[in-house]
Amino acid sequence: MRDRNGGSTMPQVSLTVNGKSYTKDVEARTLLVELLREGLGLTGTHVGCDTSQCGACVVHVDGKSLKSCTMLAVQANGAKVTTIEGLAAPDGTLHPMQEMFREHHALQCGFCTPGMVMSAIDLVNLHPQGLTEEEIRHGLEGNLCRCTGYHNIVKAIAAAWPLMHGKVQQAA
Amino acid sequence: MGFEGIGAAVRRKEDRRFLSGRGNYTDDINRPGQLHAVIRRSDRPHARLLRVDTAAAAAAPGVVAVYTGADLDADNVGGVPCGWQIHNKDGSPMAEPKHPVLAVGRVRHVGDPVAVVIAETRQQAKNAAELLEIDYEDLPAAATVRDAIAPGAPALHDDAPGNLCYDWHIGDAAAVDQAFAQAKWRVKLDLLNNRLVPNAMEPRAAIGDFDPSSGDFTLYTTSQNPHVIRLLMGAFVLHIPEHKLRVVAPDVGGGFGSKIYHYAEEAIVTWAAGKLNKPIKWTADRSESFMSDAHGRDHDSTAEMAVAEDGKFLALRVRTLCNMGAYLSTFAPCVPTYLYATLLAGCYTTPAIYAEVKAVFTNTVPVDAYRGAGRPEATFLLERLMDVIAHDTGIDRVELRRKNFIPRDAFPYQTPVALQYDSGDYFTTLDVALKDAGWADFPARRAEAARKGKLRGIGISTYLEACGIAPSAVVGSLGARAGLYEVANVRVHPTGSVTVFTGAHSHGQGHETTFAQLVADQLGVPIANVDVVHGDTGKIPFGMGTYGSRSLAVGGSAMVKAMDKIVAKGKRIAAHLMEASVNDIEFKDGKFTVAGTDKSKALAEISLAAYVPHNYPIEELEPGLDETAFYDPKNFTYPGGCHVCEVEIDRETGSVEVVRFTAVDDIGRVINPMIVEGQVQGGLAQGIGQALMENAVYDGQGQLVTGSFMDYTMPRAHDIPLGLKVATENTMCTHNPLGSKGVGEVGAIGSPPAVINAVVDALRDYGVRHLDMPATPQKIWSIIQSNTPRMAAE
Repeated sequence: MRDRNGGSTMPQVSLTVNGKSYTKDVEARTLLVELLREGLGLTGTHVGCDTSQCGACVVHVDGKSLKSCTMLAVQANGAKVTTIEGLAAPDGTLHPMQEMFREHHALQCGFCTPGMVMSAIDLVNLHPQGLTEEEIRHGLEGNLCRCTGYHNIVKAIAAAWPLMHGKVQQAA
Repeated sequence: MGFEGIGAAVRRKEDRRFLSGRGNYTDDINRPGQLHAVIRRSDRPHARLLRVDTAAAAAAPGVVAVYTGADLDADNVGGVPCGWQIHNKDGSPMAEPKHPVLAVGRVRHVGDPVAVVIAETRQQAKNAAELLEIDYEDLPAAATVRDAIAPGAPALHDDAPGNLCYDWHIGDAAAVDQAFAQAKWRVKLDLLNNRLVPNAMEPRAAIGDFDPSSGDFTLYTTSQNPHVIRLLMGAFVLHIPEHKLRVVAPDVGGGFGSKIYHYAEEAIVTWAAGKLNKPIKWTADRSESFMSDAHGRDHDSTAEMAVAEDGKFLALRVRTLCNMGAYLSTFAPCVPTYLYATLLAGCYTTPAIYAEVKAVFTNTVPVDAYRGAGRPEATFLLERLMDVIAHDTGIDRVELRRKNFIPRDAFPYQTPVALQYDSGDYFTTLDVALKDAGWADFPARRAEAARKGKLRGIGISTYLEACGIAPSAVVGSLGARAGLYEVANVRVHPTGSVTVFTGAHSHGQGHETTFAQLVADQLGVPIANVDVVHGDTGKIPFGMGTYGSRSLAVGGSAMVKAMDKIVAKGKRIAAHLMEASVNDIEFKDGKFTVAGTDKSKALAEISLAAYVPHNYPIEELEPGLDETAFYDPKNFTYPGGCHVCEVEIDRETGSVEVVRFTAVDDIGRVINPMIVEGQVQGGLAQGIGQALMENAVYDGQGQLVTGSFMDYTMPRAHDIPLGLKVATENTMCTHNPLGSKGVGEVGAIGSPPAVINAVVDALRDYGVRHLDMPATPQKIWSIIQSNTPRMAAE
């Protein structure tokens, strides 16, 4: 990238986050999660590890869940990103997944929660025909939680499925 | 609004911000003008630290300062203090070598902090840290306790000969020896308790700040107990008087004990902030956490039980070697002594017990309390021993336990190892658990699994634990250097809403909701009108924080006492306003009533009168409605219960699946059953993790092999059984006003032996008497490969 005087500058990334457009200069090595947390001040997405295991950093990029610690910011150029901050409606109404997490006590310390909720939404979206408890447990392989023991997270996701697909869950 | 008081499954108030990404964790906080600190750590387990050349690092882009141990020494910075002094058998105090904030002259574990680089960005600090030139002279290392106490082992500290921290004991050796001499059976078991990394999902972080105009220091830190940090760091490390030091523990993403301790990084950022007049921010990487957060467990024990012909336990003898790591962490010495050996009666009437504990320094990360802290170690020992006794004597493993249970009418029950239990009913939790777990029908499930080529086993653990820590004078006499009371300041505002300032800290436990429920219950104030404030020494009187399942038993009791004072004062105000005698005033459901009449005043009317004292007994009573209570518990509390685990082993792979888990726990008074279930479920996951997959491994040279989530197996959602049942059968604590015993740790305490007992049961045709944790697929597969199964004689 060059500036108008011909000198070299950092790469620039343009993306939409939670419906708002941003254009930012970033170092090439900047991770998407660093851009979100430090560049855009969206600290809801968390960093819990350095080996891409824990899933605390999961966001949606162009509608699919993705570990933002494992993507460079420049790779998100032109993308539509949704973070945990962008889930609730403008009037504050919670997304059904957020509601069900609260209803079923699916969070304790809250640190894994943003990534867990984003992964859960994608999991439900990908299973319009139905989602068994077994499928939920395996679908959460990429998200670690140390507090809850996962039991209530699974319940919350199962409860969110009919709310998100607008129909009654067929018995698996 | 439905019922919100004690017993209601109220949904949590704090969830809103956590679910919306508006939590305020330490790494989320950014102070104007802040600089970033990166720590360079030793990459070798034991070496002389000869030279740290900071020149290249200091000249790197964006670098503001580089500091080493020499800089801290020059400024008279103290070592990281230990909060508990254990004495040896001969009465002499334990070895207490200095724990420097930054290494000087020697590094003693992989991860030992050597230097700190401070730069404008974190990336600049990281880059510069790699430019530090460090000369080490490697020394031989000892990573296990057995290696460290062997003759000729490398000495870690000049003032800890033989790498021994202490050689401690409890109980009656003579009585135990005598019982062994006469016993029909002497059952011996060697067992380990595997070393674990707590791995709260939020890595540790700290921000130090200094305001030169006021001379005030502020530390933001991922801590379970900010006042304790203020005291330890202020008094012993940085010599900052407490009134000039504020410690804030904001939202904290899990602790499990690992965030109790005062860590070097807290002192480093605070000290550096004072030097540079800038906020200094440090956040750990996960692999950095693996080599700097305190690890847990790591016991090597021999247990022997003397058993009478009829199966009654006559005496228990235990010898344990435990690992302190390279330096003493804040509570480390008390975990394998007063939180472990005093639990060796369990729920049994064993009349004579003698335990010896040797604590050893090794070239590993310091070891300290991790969920359960000593009680999982005691429970694993006892409950494995139960099944081994059953195996060796032929007595049924359930009947053996039942036969030795402390009877229902024996409370208060004085154990031979100092503790006196106030209440408990081990028979009921056992019976309910057996029923809920389908114990009686298990043989049919085992046979069905065998037809599919699987090995199915069932195991049980009947445990007791001691928590609600603790009576200050008792722990003081045992070497604690702090009190263990708790504080609550209950402030009723003029218009009737309430703020509770608590010394307890919530890092997942839901206190903002459950403590509000206590106020709803006792003062009749809806929880929407109650705010619970925790984690800031600038706002809250001195409290000891949250660990050891103490928040409700001790912190909640302090709240009850403070609210008692509120009600007492309110009655005097109400009596004045309603022109009645204070003895005729009753308080119920938020109203002060003149007995036998319909004259009443709401709490909000009373509080307004208190703050606008025009019609008020001003000669006898001060204005205001704001009371503080410090509560020092009279005893520990004693939750207990029964856990039943059912596993299925795949013979081809050795993998162990937990197919059912049933927990029936006695935790005293339940405030919020939803929170209680969540605590038990979370604890069970950690217990299953310890039993089947978690292990912090060092190689023979002291290198940390399991240094990230790639190698350290954390339990995931599919490791937790679909068939998970959690229930309570409660007996009340007799000595605190709530009757609560605490529930935070029971899940992690009772479960590991239930899992291993099930695995051993599944392998019963393979001649397995014992196996240590974790029961990994490789371990199980090897057992299956190398043992010929006996044909089942059924």
